[in-house]
Amino acid sequence: MNISLILEMAAEAAPERIGLVCDGRRWTYGELLAASRGAAARLMQYDCNFVSLLDESSEAAPIALFGAALAGIPYVPLNYRLADEDLAGLLARIAPACIVGDVERARRLNPDAGHTCVDRTSFVAAAESAAGNFDAPRDDEDITAQIFTSGTTGTPKAALLRHANLLGYILGTVEFCSAAETDAQLVCVPPYHIAGISALLSAFYAQRRIVMLPAFEPDDWLHLAAEEQISNAFLVPTMLARIMERIDAGSTANLTALRAIAYGGGRMPAELIERALELFPDTAFTNAYGLTETSSTIALLGPEDHRLAQSAKDPAVSARLGSVGRPLPTVEIEIRDADGLPLPPGESGEIYVRGEQVSGEYRERSALDKDGWFPTRDAGWLDDEGYLFLAGRADDVIVRGGENISPGEIEDVLTAHPAIADAAAVGVPSTEWGEAVGIAVVFKPGAESLDDDALRQLIRDRLRSSRLPEQIRLRDELPYNEMGKLLRREVRNWFNE
Amino acid sequence: MKAGTKLKSAVCDTEVMVIRAGEGVVACGGVPMAEDKPAETGSPDSEFSGGTLLGKRYVDAQDTLELLCVKPGAGSLSLDGVALMTKDAKPLPSSD
Repeated sequence: MNISLILEMAAEAAPERIGLVCDGRRWTYGELLAASRGAAARLMQYDCNFVSLLDESSEAAPIALFGAALAGIPYVPLNYRLADEDLAGLLARIAPACIVGDVERARRLNPDAGHTCVDRTSFVAAAESAAGNFDAPRDDEDITAQIFTSGTTGTPKAALLRHANLLGYILGTVEFCSAAETDAQLVCVPPYHIAGISALLSAFYAQRRIVMLPAFEPDDWLHLAAEEQISNAFLVPTMLARIMERIDAGSTANLTALRAIAYGGGRMPAELIERALELFPDTAFTNAYGLTETSSTIALLGPEDHRLAQSAKDPAVSARLGSVGRPLPTVEIEIRDADGLPLPPGESGEIYVRGEQVSGEYRERSALDKDGWFPTRDAGWLDDEGYLFLAGRADDVIVRGGENISPGEIEDVLTAHPAIADAAAVGVPSTEWGEAVGIAVVFKPGAESLDDDALRQLIRDRLRSSRLPEQIRLRDELPYNEMGKLLRREVRNWFNE
Repeated sequence: MKAGTKLKSAVCDTEVMVIRAGEGVVACGGVPMAEDKPAETGSPDSEFSGGTLLGKRYVDAQDTLELLCVKPGAGSLSLDGVALMTKDAKPLPSSD
């Protein structure tokens, strides 16, 4: 099994069809396959254990991904936004590698490690010219990609995804060649994130043209969406918020072709998705939940569920707008307590997942239990109809005097207030309770702010008294990473200052 | 036969990948398929000449075996002499 099958089938079915648009150049599936074969021929000549991309999104990302797969070498996309010190550590962990992209930085940070460094232009040119040298794929390597987790809680872990995981995901969720020739997908997630890889695989298999936007800016996104008649887009919530701000401010970009918006990556505020559903009344919204270790999506809330929830009178149905939907038909999900025993609907615990696409494996060890279940370290619960609600990272749960408190329930109450733009609840040291609730609040610009007593009253009106914050911090903004994930560790540090 | 194995037709260009392995003889055009393509290729039996379609999944009536067509051809697929049928999956919205 090898993911190169995806590109080979796309090129077999429609060699002349445009598969990728990047920086003004249009690539057919035939050209992409030829370049990937050329890249593989080159890569097989190098002494390297990994093929690494240290670059923004470009045509080099699919060519390196499929080239590495054909050459039988694991692909490692690196986060170019990392600080020098952190990046140097990761470069040392993959030596010797073929590093494509920021050659200067790779050489400076990890000299004498035996890396072969190639800049983007040279890599693509060499790949295109070497296609004739390719013999046959090397099928003996079963690891497709090694992706370093973001490491917000410690040293980044090297998650392994095997060809069987990624192919299992694609074959189980995407119908081959199901996209219309006019379909186009705007991709603005970074290439080092699992969503950047799964976007390439899904779109190539469906034969939906990819239009790449390497660095997200709302005006660039709107311009490209109109110019390329984009039909599908994936956004993290903060990107959607910024696009909607531009539309509110009078952007006249023509988005009539935009049929579907998928979102995920970080927490979607209820107010934002409700406004989006009003602003795009004919657009199909899909909320996707997944992890690096699960080859992307494991549960989704589809377009019909969004519209049903939007118009529902039944509070259980309207609440589903805050869920991540139901598990894919190809995976199983269970909620378990601290002893690993399954919990009934309505009770919150740790989310476990099992399925072909679930790797749950790191370079150092596998996290799967003996029956193949992966403990996600995400907390959540299922409703009676099987809709999954997330309740933060299991590590983020606040334990106050033995009582488990999910930050999300407090944050929901706060952000529902019209004056509050954003809020985070974290565990803070407490002499009385061991740990207690601390909240950080961001008021909307121009809104009348609430004092500490009013904030506590807001929570007291809706939640049990154990949820009342012991400490409160007011800030202009909360720290997020580029995928819209709240950096809770940094928020926690505000309370230790 | 195991999941991931590629089988080639002896009578046409058809290649399939085993998604779910089952018991029995998988044939294309009425002639058993194999991992290595035979040097001499015949022509499909008229009973099994409907052709295969790229990207389609094929299953038996008992749903014990599932094949993905990764290269199309003129022959059609069977398990122990019984024609396989295409499987239509319920489409999911794109989440990537």
